[in-house]
Amino acid sequence: MSFLSATNMTGGYGAGPDILHDLELSVDKGEIAVIVGPNGAGKSTGMKAVFGMLNLREGAVKLDGTDITGLSPQERVHKGMGFVPQVRNIFPTMSVRENLEMGAFIRDDDFEPTIEQVYELFPAVYEKRNQNAGELSGGQRQQVAVGRALMTQPKLLMLDEPTAGVSPIVMDELFDRIIEVAKTGISILMVEQNARQALEIADKGYVLVQGRNAYTDTGEALLADPEVRRTFLGG
Amino acid sequence: MTMSRTPIYFAIMACLIIGVGIFESWNNALFILNFGLISAIMALGVNLQWGYAGLFNVGVVGFVALGGLSVVLTSVSPVGEAWAAGGMRILISLLLAVGFIAGAIIGWSRIPKNLPRGLITAVWLIIGFFSFRALFDPAVAAIEAVNPAQTGFLGGLGLPVLLAWAVGGLMAAGVGWLIGKTALGLRSDYLAIATLGIGEIIIAVLKNEDWLSRGVKNVNGLPRPVPYEIDLQQSETFVGWMERLGADPVTGSTIFVKLLYAVLFLSVIILIVTLMQLALNSPWGRMMRAIRDNETAAEAMGKDVTARHLQIFVLGAAICGIAGAMMTTLDGQLTPASYQPLRFTFLVWVMVIVGGSGNNWGAVLGGMFIWFLWVEVEPISIFLVNTLTAGMDATHPIREGLLDRVAYLRPLTMGLILLLVLRFSPHGLLPEK
Amino acid sequence: MVDILNALVAFTNFVIIPASAYGAQLAIGALGVTLIYGILRFSNFAHGETMAFGTMVVLLVTGLFQSWGISLGPLPTALLALPFGILGASALVLFTDRTVYKFYRRVKAAPVMLVIVSMGVMFMMNGIIRMIVGTDDRRFADGERFIIRARDFKEMTGLSEGLALRTTQVLTIVVAIATVALLFWFLNKTRTGKSMRAYSDNEDLALLSGINPERVVMITWLVVAALATVAGTLYGLDKSFKPFVYMQLLLPIFASAIVGGLGSPIGAIAGGFVIAFSEVTITYAFKKVVTYLGPEGWRPDGLVQLLSTDYKFAVSFAILIIVLLFKPTGLFKGKSV
Repeated sequence: MSFLSATNMTGGYGAGPDILHDLELSVDKGEIAVIVGPNGAGKSTGMKAVFGMLNLREGAVKLDGTDITGLSPQERVHKGMGFVPQVRNIFPTMSVRENLEMGAFIRDDDFEPTIEQVYELFPAVYEKRNQNAGELSGGQRQQVAVGRALMTQPKLLMLDEPTAGVSPIVMDELFDRIIEVAKTGISILMVEQNARQALEIADKGYVLVQGRNAYTDTGEALLADPEVRRTFLGG
Repeated sequence: MTMSRTPIYFAIMACLIIGVGIFESWNNALFILNFGLISAIMALGVNLQWGYAGLFNVGVVGFVALGGLSVVLTSVSPVGEAWAAGGMRILISLLLAVGFIAGAIIGWSRIPKNLPRGLITAVWLIIGFFSFRALFDPAVAAIEAVNPAQTGFLGGLGLPVLLAWAVGGLMAAGVGWLIGKTALGLRSDYLAIATLGIGEIIIAVLKNEDWLSRGVKNVNGLPRPVPYEIDLQQSETFVGWMERLGADPVTGSTIFVKLLYAVLFLSVIILIVTLMQLALNSPWGRMMRAIRDNETAAEAMGKDVTARHLQIFVLGAAICGIAGAMMTTLDGQLTPASYQPLRFTFLVWVMVIVGGSGNNWGAVLGGMFIWFLWVEVEPISIFLVNTLTAGMDATHPIREGLLDRVAYLRPLTMGLILLLVLRFSPHGLLPEK
Repeated sequence: MVDILNALVAFTNFVIIPASAYGAQLAIGALGVTLIYGILRFSNFAHGETMAFGTMVVLLVTGLFQSWGISLGPLPTALLALPFGILGASALVLFTDRTVYKFYRRVKAAPVMLVIVSMGVMFMMNGIIRMIVGTDDRRFADGERFIIRARDFKEMTGLSEGLALRTTQVLTIVVAIATVALLFWFLNKTRTGKSMRAYSDNEDLALLSGINPERVVMITWLVVAALATVAGTLYGLDKSFKPFVYMQLLLPIFASAIVGGLGSPIGAIAGGFVIAFSEVTITYAFKKVVTYLGPEGWRPDGLVQLLSTDYKFAVSFAILIIVLLFKPTGLFKGKSV
């Protein structure tokens, strides 16, 4: 049994039509799993389902063996999930440090060590710690956003298109940081538009088409699969 | 459902007014009816802006007051002496002010950006302000010195008073255009606060510019579109009618005059509602509602939302102005101090919400019903207090205290009604179809 | 030289001191409006009445204390009564939130809907206040009236122009500074204050971070009730308590908040002073000052007043319009939503 195992997920937003059909996602400890696929394939929706932002008609989500299907997103944060939304993922008029503090809002213990860890992981965050997060560049904001999510010391970190709208150099930098995070033993589930680059760092890749699993394999294998390359990676 | 509800509600409304006629007096009933009809027109104006375009106008009192001013400016005979003393100077100074402002607006767009245009415009406006004051102040002093106890103002044009209703509409439309041009297209809260401000300013002008409106000295004895009671009582034909009806000619005359007003007001309402219904069922009206329901989509389809909003805002303001002129005509006097925002802005809002925003018949019904309550809350409460404390001595402190406070029940009840309707029946008595 | 000093003293006495006091009152009022806007996301039309309600409780408790013979010596007794006013206003706004606003938050009503609702609340509070204290003009400032009397100042300096400093004016400034310092400490240094700012910045992310929105809203109302009571009491001490005045203060208060940038606390303070100084300067009759500064023996004919005090609303309004036209987000960038 994987650390995160979401099985048989079927459902959509509110009372709307089903977007996901029998979707499966799983991530092992310290592993990077990447969800890729064409526009409208339900990539973000699949991840939001894991985070409890969706009404699932069928299926179950288990984290570390515990069934969390019925929990709200906030409760899932308590259970060890961290989520970085694609947009509006920082507090723009608060300082970078305050952003991290807010990330630790649910913690009652001393979170200074965690802040230090985040600073170590993201030197840019440390440098800008007293600046307002809204004044930072796109790549730096994403680092702050990831840092904020790490403040709860999650066991699973979910990232919704962390590299959307940043330059290729910044993207590489961000991926490096994400690998670093995974090395500390945190499992990562990530939705990505930049499929090729994302699969390169992925231990496991999910190719979704119309809310269903189309291909699932290691990142390497998917990159090597001619069918996947032709259809989803542009040759 | 709504089709059958409308006549029932209006019938109930009619019964309420007839009830007042039977239990209190017919004079009172007609008073409520006439002011109710005027309130209904104000509600129609606000409903046009809110119900059909979602525009939030908190300056209704200002537009109503402008209508009131229009009655003075149109129908009062000109005060020749005052005109001779400073009329022309006032007009010239006002033209000068407008010229300077227009110059500033044109200048702002024409001055090359590399020049300090903020400074230039500011200096230009300051020069303009002082030249305006240099001409305006002595003229005002001269006019206000002319027989201050009786006149002390310029008077009007001496035209038939009914014409003032149209003039009131036009004046309100003009001011509405100015505000709309500035605040529409910004956030909805900003329009609300801008209208709140302009309302206050119009009232301040009416209260303080004695040369224009006599300020707090009021303008009394405004011309009427209907005969005077005293003339009726002396007319043999009228007394003859009353005798045939077996009625007292004095009471009869007051009721007759009020009925004439009611007929006039009813015709205005019918005219406005007909025009509005025609307009709103036309492609123009459908577009308005499309814009209200989804501004972004309408904008994406190439509709100029701000321009449409401006049209509807100006029309709504005009209707409030007409109502204001009608009310001052009915009162027969202009009393600037009586324009309270609570009474003319917020109460009208209660009328629209209770009646059913987006429905013209709802606005009419809401206007009449809320006006009825506004008038009747006090006597009803006094009656209740008297009944509940019947066992107490007339000078018992609780009884006296309660009776003292009955006057303040009005805002309390109106607020409560507004909140209850918003919460439990947000579409009002007659929902939009 | 003496003339210049005299002019300066006159200007300080009639413009700088009153405008500073008024500016502080507006600033604290505008802080309440801006906090509600930032957290609950609507323009609260009932804020003026909230101020009036808090002040009314202060007024009543002051009366009670006076009848018991309790006083603060040279300071107004109202300062002792202030906490009770804050409690009263807090109870009122929390009750209102429970019974009225909470529902609209739950159904995620449009902000303009909440503005209309706040209008209904304003109506009701207006009625309640009048039922309790009526509409009379009441003075409740006691203690020492002046810190510096005009006559003493003249004797002290030998100038022909006097400078009077009223206790309430100094008190206004001192209390305002203390209030603002406390508020900023709360917002910037405490966990709860930070969570309020976070909620105002990004509601969804605040929820994700485990911040309880209902708690944030409740704290906001409490802070706003305190600010409203302080602002209303300072205004009432400085001038007098008239229930209807507080509704008229709504326009300059909104203008201050918008000019500063809705949602920005610093902006609200700056806006309050901008509005107050413009209002007082433009409606002040400069005759005295000009007479001192002009050539010997010459005095201007008129009052040298730009605008009569009856049009002080027009000043707030004009500044508001200029800001809306040229910088719609305000001097300090407020919320653009």
